[in-house]
Amino acid sequence: MKVLVAVKRVTDYNVKIRVKPDNTDVDLTNVKMAMNPFCEIAVEEAVRLKERGVATEIVAVTIGPKAAQEQLRTALALGADRAIHVQTDDRVESLGAAKALAKLVEEEQPGLVILGKQAIDTDNNQTGQMLAALSGLPQGTFASEVVVEGDKLKVTREVDGGMQIIELSLPAIVTSDLRLNEPRYAKLPDIMKAKKKPLDVKTPEDLGIEVASKVKLLKVEPPAERQGGVKVGSVDELIDKLKNEAKVL
Amino acid sequence: MSILVLAEHHDGALAVATAHVVAAAQAIGGDIHVLVAGENVGAIAEAAAKLDGVAKVLVADNAAYAHLLAEPTAALLSELAGDYGHLLAAASTNGKNVLPRVAALKDVAQISEIIAVESPDTFKRPIYAGNAIATVQSEDTLKVITVRSTGFDAVGEGGSATIEAVNFVADNTQSTFIKEELAKSDRPELAAAKVVVSGGRGMGNGENFKLLDGIADKLGAAIGASRAAVDAGFVPNDMQVGQTGKIVAPELYIAVGISGAIQHLAGMKDSKVIVAINKDEEAPIFQVADYGLVADLFQVLPELEQKL
Ligand SMILES: Cc1cc2nc3c(=O)[nH]c(=O)nc-3n(C[C@H](O)[C@H](O)[C@H](O)COP(=O)(O)OP(=O)(O)OC[C@H]3O[C@@H](n4cnc5c(N)ncnc54)[C@H](O)[C@@H]3O)c2cc1C
Ligand SMILES: Nc1ncnc2c1ncn2[C@@H]1O[C@H](COP(=O)(O)O)[C@@H](O)[C@H]1O
Repeated sequence: MKVLVAVKRVTDYNVKIRVKPDNTDVDLTNVKMAMNPFCEIAVEEAVRLKERGVATEIVAVTIGPKAAQEQLRTALALGADRAIHVQTDDRVESLGAAKALAKLVEEEQPGLVILGKQAIDTDNNQTGQMLAALSGLPQGTFASEVVVEGDKLKVTREVDGGMQIIELSLPAIVTSDLRLNEPRYAKLPDIMKAKKKPLDVKTPEDLGIEVASKVKLLKVEPPAERQGGVKVGSVDELIDKLKNEAKVL
Repeated sequence: MSILVLAEHHDGALAVATAHVVAAAQAIGGDIHVLVAGENVGAIAEAAAKLDGVAKVLVADNAAYAHLLAEPTAALLSELAGDYGHLLAAASTNGKNVLPRVAALKDVAQISEIIAVESPDTFKRPIYAGNAIATVQSEDTLKVITVRSTGFDAVGEGGSATIEAVNFVADNTQSTFIKEELAKSDRPELAAAKVVVSGGRGMGNGENFKLLDGIADKLGAAIGASRAAVDAGFVPNDMQVGQTGKIVAPELYIAVGISGAIQHLAGMKDSKVIVAINKDEEAPIFQVADYGLVADLFQVLPELEQKL
């Protein structure tokens, strides 16, 4: 079974993002970029499926600027067999990404597509669901376990009240939650080998689609800052403050 | 144009999240209809009809919609969407599962987790783990939106909307519900609780979370956790508070043995009063805490429980 994995280039999760003084966007100058953590989990799951003999080929895909090829190389170093870069400098959000992915699903006919549940820059949590709709496929979102059983996929999902288990027909779309697995690190020899693995570059025009987001970003502001409070010296003082100052007890 | 709100419900009861979403719909303005989809949802529809501001409740009561699987529920919403200018749902795991699928079926964008309505086409939403607030404008004729409950005060229950059955039945051969393992608890729901007590990696193990129980009992609080505590298996995943877990904004949030990573802060920094208990005085949680107690949690938790 061929597995397609979608990886997005985002700001490193450790970076505390700042807003541009003119409030047009966040300031990404000199900010460290990385693969979205949920995509690392998605790649890891694909690699494990291959190690278990379930997946036969892993194709990593990204939609974004030239620099996003770095994240494709990371995916290749982690075990993807080849990569497809849909290159664009447009501001792409979930619907655009899903449209590009849907075209590639049509071309590649994978048995399974794994995405992250959420990109930690836009915090959208949409692309997998949208791809599933566009491709007419079932979806298993927020997955903490996936098991291929013949032509079915059993997905354990992290839902508000706990866990839900559903069964999907294959092909299917899965989005990874945090507990799906713990991703490995790429080893140096694999990073070297990844440089030689095939990486196809396409444009949205090649695919016959538009990817630029139609939702206008009018303004980006910093959130209301919280004033740091005081340190209390004892439990008694804490209770006193909560009762008499904050009046929440 | 009218607004359609997808009702959130659990265990045969309307979830309070729905009342927050209706409040967002009121801020947008227009006739508000609520769709209750599920199996045996008559009582839920009646509860939805009482929400202030709701003109009509549509009920799709059919086995096809049991457990609100994404495929049939999105098909249903897509079928109904033609009559509406806005589709709204709570930013719950249900809403997040279903609404993007509807948006794509309609070839429109989806706007996630709005916290404010500027005008019928312009909304505010947090991005980058809440480190920036974006104002976005949608030109789509149909606006598909999930609503963050903490951004809107729940509407009251003085309404009396009409109830109307929806006969559309989506057929679905692609997905099947197998089972659910839902945490049973007598405590209030995390997202709706007035007080939340959360434990982090500092709790050491799952057994030690019992130290929070007595305090939560006395305060009528829900218990939450950091990702580290969930990943380590101390507590179940549905207790995770943060960027990728639940978003809470109670009157009082007590963080115990939690360092205060940005991903955790994203889920609780809009709480009215924040208390942090941590033995490391440099822990970033103290930068957002109104009251910080630098102490060993194992010493102060029993004392706190006793003195409350
Ligand atoms: C993609 C992604 C998504 C994430 N989403 C979330 C999310 O939704 N929610 C979330 O919480 N995290 C999330 N995280 C993880 C986050 O980055 C942190 O790793 C996590 O919040 C740390 O949890 P913690 O504070 O419990 O643990 P730690 O950072 O290890 O902190 C433990 C704290 O306990 C204190 N402590 C230890 N022993 C004691 C004691 N005896 N008495 C008092 N204090 C003590 C220590 O001083 C320390 O400050 C996410 C990370 C990524 C990459
Ligand atoms: N531009 C993109 N390129 C590749 N994958 C993407 C892109 N945008 C989103 N995705 C995938 O969709 C997941 C969820 O993103 P989102 O729905 O936008 O929050 C990510 O973790 C990726 O797997």
